Amino acid sequence: MRPFAALFGILVCLLAGSALAQQREPTERLDIGVSTNEIAITSDFTGADITVFGALDSADPFLLELGEYDIVVALVGPQRQTTVWRKERVLGIWVNRRSMEFEPVAASYSLSSTRPVERITGSIVLDRYEIGSNNIRLVPTGAIGDGSNIAVFRDALRRLKQTSGLYEAAPHGVDFVSSSLFRASIRLPANVPLGEHTIRAYLFKSGNFVMERDLPLRVVKTGLEQFIYSAAYEDSLLYGIVCVVLAMLTGWVGSVIFRKN
Amino acid sequence: MTIYLPIAELSVNIFVILGMGAAVGFLSGMFGIGGGFLITPLLIFYNIPPAVAVATGANQVVASSFSGSLWHFKRGSLDIKLGVVLLIGGIAGAALGIWIFTLLRRLGQLDLIVSLMYVLFLSIVGGLMLWESINSMRRAARKETVALRKPGQHIWVHRLPMKMRFKKSKLYLSVIPVIALGFAIGVLTSVMGVGGGFIMVPAMIYLLRIPTNVVIGTSLFQIIFVTAFTTIMQATTNYSVDIVLAFLLMVAGVVGAQYGVRVGQKLRGEQLRALLALLVLAVGMRLGLDLLLPPDEVYSVIIEGAAF
Repeated sequence: MRPFAALFGILVCLLAGSALAQQREPTERLDIGVSTNEIAITSDFTGADITVFGALDSADPFLLELGEYDIVVALVGPQRQTTVWRKERVLGIWVNRRSMEFEPVAASYSLSSTRPVERITGSIVLDRYEIGSNNIRLVPTGAIGDGSNIAVFRDALRRLKQTSGLYEAAPHGVDFVSSSLFRASIRLPANVPLGEHTIRAYLFKSGNFVMERDLPLRVVKTGLEQFIYSAAYEDSLLYGIVCVVLAMLTGWVGSVIFRKN
Repeated sequence: MTIYLPIAELSVNIFVILGMGAAVGFLSGMFGIGGGFLITPLLIFYNIPPAVAVATGANQVVASSFSGSLWHFKRGSLDIKLGVVLLIGGIAGAALGIWIFTLLRRLGQLDLIVSLMYVLFLSIVGGLMLWESINSMRRAARKETVALRKPGQHIWVHRLPMKMRFKKSKLYLSVIPVIALGFAIGVLTSVMGVGGGFIMVPAMIYLLRIPTNVVIGTSLFQIIFVTAFTTIMQATTNYSVDIVLAFLLMVAGVVGAQYGVRVGQKLRGEQLRALLALLVLAVGMRLGLDLLLPPDEVYSVIIEGAAF
């Protein structure tokens, strides 16, 4: 008798809960936090994992139990002007022949979610919020010819980004550690671009978008690497002179050390 | 053990870079060349972006040519006046070369032109050297001797105006071909990241009839300045000189060169030249194959100057 009563109770509440959800605006809230807002690239950097913690407030415990809530966390890299080139054979030689320039595109994109995003919601919603590397908007600029090439260039850009590890996805990277707390681990590849990244967390309820939270994350070089990099770009003349002096010094020291021979 | 290259923006194996530098240094010591024409293609084979490979190659040549010309300066086998005239053309050529380099990079054709120029120059120079060294080996076998420079023999180069006296080289020569040669090598330095000694030396010997004993020292002397100028220009216009990469190559190169010199002294001149010719041809062919064979991926992505 008791198991039946429990099941009946769940059903009643479930119906009541979904009826309520349809009636009013969702009250669920999403909050995220990350242990650092700066990732430092050192000379032996081979990639890193960052963990984003989050809390889901005022969630319906029954829907939560049924797994109707989905969390998607994306680390979106800095927007960069991007050009795709295609090689073609000219006089027997492979030459960069055609190109397409795109409006600034996220240089990297790392996704983590409770389950594959295609199973969370429909393609219209994914496209609207640009969730998943296949849904990042790629808008060509400049000369695009008759436009028939746009699709192949877009696909090539996505494919190259994916093969170089800059666009990646962990379809089960988000775990609930308790009923309201979750943990998302996001992979930073070894070639992660420097600059301002954004952590975007999205909450879905039964496939419907509820809300989004953003946090900034800076990826910087540190120590000597940072010093050299900024010297090369900001004091480029001095940097060039130092390179030359260092070369002459190395050449001179070499000839002094080995003079006896 | 990996090390992060701050300008190339990638991690490389430190021992591979040191090995490359030592091997090229060894060869440059053995053959008396700067080694830029070997370093740049090797870096490109190792996935260093061509723009960084070219600019860093030029910086590395500063070290090897400085070390080499110090040696020639002490021995007096260096014609400073001739070097300065070459240098006037060289600096102008390097400035034009930087402009071409920046333009090609913007047009997305830099990698192609750099590869094509390497294939072209390496095949021509390698082919000529091989032909010359085989001929002289055959002559040596028949115990014939030929004089490289016949006194009193004049070619069109010697009829040009604006003559100048170069005491050390015992020459009375028009400055026009000297400046033109310096200019041409200057362009190559900035576009290819080479010192240009492998073209300069034969041109000075066969075209300008400069005595062989001052040719290498003088060529090295002017290469220091042209590569130094190119390094600074690349650093200020393309931000593509990687000091960490250059330093690793230089240190390994200077050490490697010392051992190369000793081996070089044991080998005979024409054997040495035949070996170098084969090496030059091999590098040229490897680069040529990359242009002819269908690539695995016909698409490439350029992001605000950085490439992958």
